[in-house]
Amino acid sequence: MNATAESYVTEDGRTIGAPVMEMKNITLKFGGVTAISNISFDIREGEIRAIIGPNGAGKSSMLNVINGFYHPQEGEIWFRGEKRKPMKPYQIAQQGIARTFQNIALFKGMSTLDNIMTGRFTHMKTNMFWQAVWKGPAEREENLNRDIVEHVIDFLEIQAIRKTPVGRLPYGLQKRVELGRALAAQPKLLLLDEPMAGMNVEEKEDMSRFILDVNDEFGTTIALIEHDMGVVMDISDRVVVLDYGKKIGDGTPDEVRNNQDVIDAYLGVAHD
Amino acid sequence: MSANFFYTIEVIANGLMTGVMYSLVALGFVLIFKASGVFNYAQGVMALFAAMTLVGIQTGQVPFAHLINVIFGTHLDKFGWEVPTFIAILIALAVMIGFAFLVERYILKHLVNQDPIILFMATIGLAYFMEGFGDLMWGSEIKKLDVGLPQGGNVWLENATAGWAEGFYGFYIDNLDMWATAIAIVLVAGLIVFSNYTKTGRALRAVADDNQAALSVGISLRKIWVIVWSLAGLVALVAGIMWGAKSGVQFSLSLIALKALPVLMLGGFTSIPGAIVGGMIIGVGEKLFEFTVGPYIGGATENWFAYVLALIFLVFRPQGLFGEKIIERV
Amino acid sequence: MFYRESGDFKTTYAKDTQTFPIKLDRVGYYIILAVAFIAIPLLLITDTGGGASYWTNAIFLPFLIWAIAAIGLNILVGYCGQLSLGSGGFMAVGAYASYKLMTSFPDLNILFVVILSGAITAGVGILFGLPSLRIKGFYLAVATLAAQFFLVWLFNKVPWFYNYSASGQISAPTRSFFGFEVTGATASAEAKYLFCLVLLFCVAWVARNLTRGRIGRSWMAIRDMDIAAEIIGVAPLKTKLSAFGVSSFFIGIAGSLFFTVYLGAVEVGEAFGIQKSFLLLFMIIIGGLGSIFGSIIGAAFMVLMPVLLKIILVDQLNWATDIAAHFQFVIVGALIIIFLILEPHGLAQLWRLLKEKLRLWPFPH
Repeated sequence: MNATAESYVTEDGRTIGAPVMEMKNITLKFGGVTAISNISFDIREGEIRAIIGPNGAGKSSMLNVINGFYHPQEGEIWFRGEKRKPMKPYQIAQQGIARTFQNIALFKGMSTLDNIMTGRFTHMKTNMFWQAVWKGPAEREENLNRDIVEHVIDFLEIQAIRKTPVGRLPYGLQKRVELGRALAAQPKLLLLDEPMAGMNVEEKEDMSRFILDVNDEFGTTIALIEHDMGVVMDISDRVVVLDYGKKIGDGTPDEVRNNQDVIDAYLGVAHD
Repeated sequence: MSANFFYTIEVIANGLMTGVMYSLVALGFVLIFKASGVFNYAQGVMALFAAMTLVGIQTGQVPFAHLINVIFGTHLDKFGWEVPTFIAILIALAVMIGFAFLVERYILKHLVNQDPIILFMATIGLAYFMEGFGDLMWGSEIKKLDVGLPQGGNVWLENATAGWAEGFYGFYIDNLDMWATAIAIVLVAGLIVFSNYTKTGRALRAVADDNQAALSVGISLRKIWVIVWSLAGLVALVAGIMWGAKSGVQFSLSLIALKALPVLMLGGFTSIPGAIVGGMIIGVGEKLFEFTVGPYIGGATENWFAYVLALIFLVFRPQGLFGEKIIERV
Repeated sequence: MFYRESGDFKTTYAKDTQTFPIKLDRVGYYIILAVAFIAIPLLLITDTGGGASYWTNAIFLPFLIWAIAAIGLNILVGYCGQLSLGSGGFMAVGAYASYKLMTSFPDLNILFVVILSGAITAGVGILFGLPSLRIKGFYLAVATLAAQFFLVWLFNKVPWFYNYSASGQISAPTRSFFGFEVTGATASAEAKYLFCLVLLFCVAWVARNLTRGRIGRSWMAIRDMDIAAEIIGVAPLKTKLSAFGVSSFFIGIAGSLFFTVYLGAVEVGEAFGIQKSFLLLFMIIIGGLGSIFGSIIGAAFMVLMPVLLKIILVDQLNWATDIAAHFQFVIVGALIIIFLILEPHGLAQLWRLLKEKLRLWPFPH
């Protein structure tokens, strides 16, 4: 395959389009510490893009740059063909980027249903007045969005815990609810920060299937950080490898697997 | 130099002294906040309660006299003896330490790992409880507190500086304020020595830093809490004595203590020097504001100046003067 | 055995999200409404002795008005997680806004006076809510004290607010609603009662609608985890300010009613001091944070408790009133602590747990 082509079709028949997000020469510093230095990569429409690297490589910082929580000192971010101006995280969410967190960030005081409904926030528009009246536009809008949320709930097979406060759910289900909240936003780009951290093998299999299904059924572009190499190599189309804030590899799983820099970073290199 | 200039100096000096008093109360907040993450709203009422207890013991009042009288129809009032000031202070301190035990045992222990805001509201409840309890125990009338500190303006200073300018009658500075400043300095120095050079002090700082880690090296959290609440009780007693001697032991004492809150917002909740400097800024600021702007807008600006100053300040520097910049992570 | 949802199938999303999903609850709700709107007013009208005005002034009016204020504060504290100690000051804004409106526009209908006062308070609330973007937790709580003390001082010191009256007090002129006097000395107990009741009903209804939809969820998202909320698209400042606005709107209405209908004449430091801010906070803690129903029962509890204590201690046991008052402080303080330890979600949560048990009864699971 040719990495510069506008679009191509994968072996399993999915169409990968032009880049939706391009990171160009991003540098991020905290005080004197450089978390990310001069990294460029792109994420193509419809692909599953993995970001891997040892702890402290700058992976989470990269996601935080993408969804606007951190502002890089240098570099440009292009989203859907436009250079992005500095924005607040909520404005970026409104552009259609959703994410999940490494440490679960659910709204503990709310039920599963309400948590996933918050994912619809950017799509709901009725004003304060109609909200107060409820009957009419507000109720209609609520029910329309409830319908979409119910599809997400069906998709993730969490019907039984719909009304349960999320604080009471086990870890694996909480992760699933969090994915549901991000999915409910019907994002153009979905960021997953270690979606399988702390899971057992069955839960990982479930989660991998959900990620593949999301990508397959809705054509959602996904960027994910994951430590489990087996999973990463299995499900992702392309992998970018970071180490100490630098990019050391980028390409298909096979290319990355055979990259000497990547092998050195993961296995250590003999100094003699 | 005009008389006005010297009067401004006098206002600043008096503001500094008042600021020291605020700092005294703020110090109690900082101690507890650092060690247990509890924002103890009851600190002001603790000062009031300590002062009431001291007066009660000094004058030999029967505790709960009113309550006992009304229930059993007796006519108790006083034991008929007077306790020497020094011993009364020791007993009052013992009462505050006992109080620390009770707070740990019946409140804190049950609220571990709750949201800070829940703990804060619990201390508001505690403040109400203590206020009612103190009134039941010692009666609610305004009491005079005399621990033998000199009161009134310092005559020597006033005479020495009179006539420095046309129409200037000398600096008026209260003896009591000067004493309070001296005692506050000794107290702060003592606390710093305690927290830096004793084993318990180190344990305190360890808990303040990370209580999980402190637990894992064998520091008893509950013991530490009792110790800090006792220390806060000591600070409350000192503050109560100073404020009480100045303006009588009465309910408004606990309201004055509310002023410690903006002091903390300026100085940061975790910094002892912050509490001192914050107190000075508030004390001087409100006195100067009242002196210069107050007359044009109706006076009594001391009621709100501290809060508004802290509010404006915080908008520009949310972590306070000495707090570290908070980096939020996800 | 009878209290359960089995057989009561929800076939639409609207039915699933209704306020009282269980039939018995709906029946109970209509009974309470009937008692409040029909039975009590009838009793008040037929009672010609002093009873009607005692019950209205000692219990009904304070309860209804505090319930409105408690719903307001609960939106800010319970739903949006922003602790405020400035409610007394905001109530004062409502009261003084009504006074200025009533004296400047004598023909303005009292209902509009009350609602406009709420709107003005909302504006002031939003202004004092601005720092909430940068200040969090108790820092914000202390910052709201600035509102409390500054506003009370302002109404005390600036004569324009009390129309340069010599006493510094404000007093409410007589105004009618649909031909019935609801403010002033000659207003009847039942008219005042019904006026406040209608407003409480509307406030509770609006609050319920706001909290169950998009806006309510955005408040709760900010409360539970503000960073995550921002990353799913909730604008923090706008959301917090909307909570400050709505909360102050209700608190302003309560302040307005407190002055116009309930007290009639007000001295600001006494009527709207910091104690009132705490009283209101206690109502929502005891009633239940994040619950409209909790706000109402919390208000009922805090209004009824002193009355009961007075009846028991002063009238029955002949205690001096000041000792009884101190005793009340002890009890309130202890109750706050006990509730926070045992049930941080207050009476509303106890009620929910009881209903859970009832649904299963007589089976254990």
